[in-house]
Amino acid sequence: MAPASRRGIEQSETARPDEVPIWYHSKPRLIYNPMVVDSDQADRVFRALADATRRDIVRRAMRGEHSVSALAGQYPMSFAAVQKHVAVLERAHLVIKQRRGREQLVHGNIDAIRDAQHLLDEFEEVWRSRIDRFGEVLAEVNEGATT
Amino acid sequence: MTVTSVRKDPRALTMTITAEFDSPIGPVWQMWENPRLLEKWWGPPTYPATVVDHDLTPGGRVTYFMTGPEGDQPRGWWRVIAVEAPHRLEFEDGFADEAGNPDLEMPTMTTRVTLTEQIDGGTRMAIEATFPSVEAMERLAAMGMEEGIRLAVGQIDDLLRAAA
Repeated sequence: MAPASRRGIEQSETARPDEVPIWYHSKPRLIYNPMVVDSDQADRVFRALADATRRDIVRRAMRGEHSVSALAGQYPMSFAAVQKHVAVLERAHLVIKQRRGREQLVHGNIDAIRDAQHLLDEFEEVWRSRIDRFGEVLAEVNEGATT
Repeated sequence: MTVTSVRKDPRALTMTITAEFDSPIGPVWQMWENPRLLEKWWGPPTYPATVVDHDLTPGGRVTYFMTGPEGDQPRGWWRVIAVEAPHRLEFEDGFADEAGNPDLEMPTMTTRVTLTEQIDGGTRMAIEATFPSVEAMERLAAMGMEEGIRLAVGQIDDLLRAAA
């Protein structure tokens, strides 16, 4: 991995809201304009998610905190193997791992998104997109009624 | 552009988006009242919605699922708070588990729709969405991110299939 890109990740840990990792930043764009994806961070995310177990771990971690041992109990593989998967996700900034006592706790990385304005911006995109479709369907309905 | 204004108030955790349509109010209301029309616009093209229950009366429920590129089906629900056809609709909007029951661990948001006839015969639609807390916004955004991730994953699967 290139040192430059590694520096990029470290910077994003303390980033201002407009500098959050591209994979997060581009969330609605990922949904609505799937082609808008770039950067080393996106590469890491895509690679991290190219594995079914890791995808499942991310889904669980986004919903709440899990210990690595509890996660390991969910899959037919060794603790060490699950730990490796968690490490890949951690490097991709998809999850955050914290030690509490003897346990390692994993949760989805939502720390980067603490800015309310930013969240409202993303939500605006969701509704703009809905309203575009709303207008199109409405036009079809009205055309159907007059012809 | 049909969207005429967007106001965001981070302190009140509210976003208001206003759109104008060159259509009488009746058909605009139908877009909400008719489940077959609602499902044509609620979900993005990659996650089309299917509406299951649709009871637009106070206390009534609307339930739906969306079908993703991997065949995953996130589910959601509305609880109707107020309805005055064809001018006003207010509902609480949340996520559901795989059986379609409301997921009470997930935050909900409140959406208020106001339709107003315009002098020129068109209709103005204002959507006001309110989040209960910053924490709730974060969790909802994380869910959205999860859908984004699912989509990204779907694209990877397509690429892998194409390469095989």
